[in-house]
Amino acid sequence: MAAEHKLSIFRGLLKFKSNEQKIWGVLIFLSIVTTIEVGLGINKPAFLLHSFLQIKILNWIFILLTLVKAYYIAWDFMHLRDETSGFMNSIVLPLLILIPYLVFILIIEADYIYDMMQAGFQSWNF
Amino acid sequence: MEVSTVNESEELEVWSGGNKPLQANYGKMMMWFFIVSDALTFSGFLVSYGFSRFKNINSWPIADQVFTHFPFLHGVDAPMYYVAFMTFILIFSSVTMVLAVDAGHNMNKSKAAFYMLLTIFGGAIFVGSQAWEWKNFINGEYGALETKGGQILQFVNGENGKRAVIHDFSKTILTDRTNHIKSKGVWYFSEKSLPSVSLLEVKEGFKLNSNLLIRTEILDEKGEKTILSRKESLEIIEHAQLVVEGANLIRNEYGNRLFANFFFFITGFHGFHVFSGVVINIIIFFNIIIGTYERRGHYEMVEKVGLYWHFVDLVWVFVFTFFYLV
Repeated sequence: MAAEHKLSIFRGLLKFKSNEQKIWGVLIFLSIVTTIEVGLGINKPAFLLHSFLQIKILNWIFILLTLVKAYYIAWDFMHLRDETSGFMNSIVLPLLILIPYLVFILIIEADYIYDMMQAGFQSWNF
Repeated sequence: MEVSTVNESEELEVWSGGNKPLQANYGKMMMWFFIVSDALTFSGFLVSYGFSRFKNINSWPIADQVFTHFPFLHGVDAPMYYVAFMTFILIFSSVTMVLAVDAGHNMNKSKAAFYMLLTIFGGAIFVGSQAWEWKNFINGEYGALETKGGQILQFVNGENGKRAVIHDFSKTILTDRTNHIKSKGVWYFSEKSLPSVSLLEVKEGFKLNSNLLIRTEILDEKGEKTILSRKESLEIIEHAQLVVEGANLIRNEYGNRLFANFFFFITGFHGFHVFSGVVINIIIFFNIIIGTYERRGHYEMVEKVGLYWHFVDLVWVFVFTFFYLV
């Protein structure tokens, strides 16, 4: 069964000889990404603290790197890369559709409630 | 004509049963669909965390100032290092799991068992680390006061900007206030253990130490907590109602009440997943040892459990980002 594994990552840029080598390669990649995240989280470079769409650029970077990590965990550790495209889509598409929808609705709503709490005549800080 | 007949019969074979159109067997497929539903549960939790955070965007606690502990480094401000360590542990146990699955594919019993054991160790270390993290969170470090409106007032030393511990600066006043227990009072009331200092002691101690200032929950433009002047501090401390030390499900010394609730609930639910993953891994480990899968002819059970274990790692990646980094 080992022969069925697709052994290249980064769109074929990096090819491994065996599945075991690929696992170590992905581990190194994930470790580098995590180290970057932690480094940024501790240092918080000032030029990344501007807001973009009400969220700091630094936080956008964190979210992006998290999605990158999630991709490699699912595709290589969970072998989603080796599944048929029908199976892969039946797993990934529901999540890709439902989760952003949920995020969109609730974050917009929370922002609205925040505005109302600031604008109202009621004091929340006493 | 002939060609179309062949196509038709092939299609008939695919959908008439007896084969696997998605090339995955039942158990693996159901594990995947369970993971999809569990992923939606976790995203529900994390999104509701985001909801509460955006609702209180100007006063949410700053994670770096809450999770600052590292084992054997007392009093050293080490934000993030410990969770980073936990993340590496979990990623590494994910790798040993994938190696166990790979060894299973090659029908290598001893190698699969060895990697399975390493995975169990990694999971156990992670659960232990989380317990330690909870212990620190529940005990708290500095203590704070709570106002009538449920706002948390923390104390800083105006000279060096460091946080002040309420237990250290409060003035000792002898009172006869004792903890209310059911056997010595009204039986239908109960009271949690009293904080180490009373409200009056903190107030008097604050008035005596002229270098102390109060820090409120509200964030300034730079995203730091607002520190009041001495005069404002002396005014606002009169609004204090309660001494808060550590965290529980009702109030916590870090700030917004929901913060501790979400912390307990999300990391707790994830920790429970890790714990059950470890238990399942142990079962699989012993099944490998006694040769169940050797006799069955394939190690697919290891692969299914591996999927669950990787999912737990995947969730932690998101919890790490949204609880500790963002």
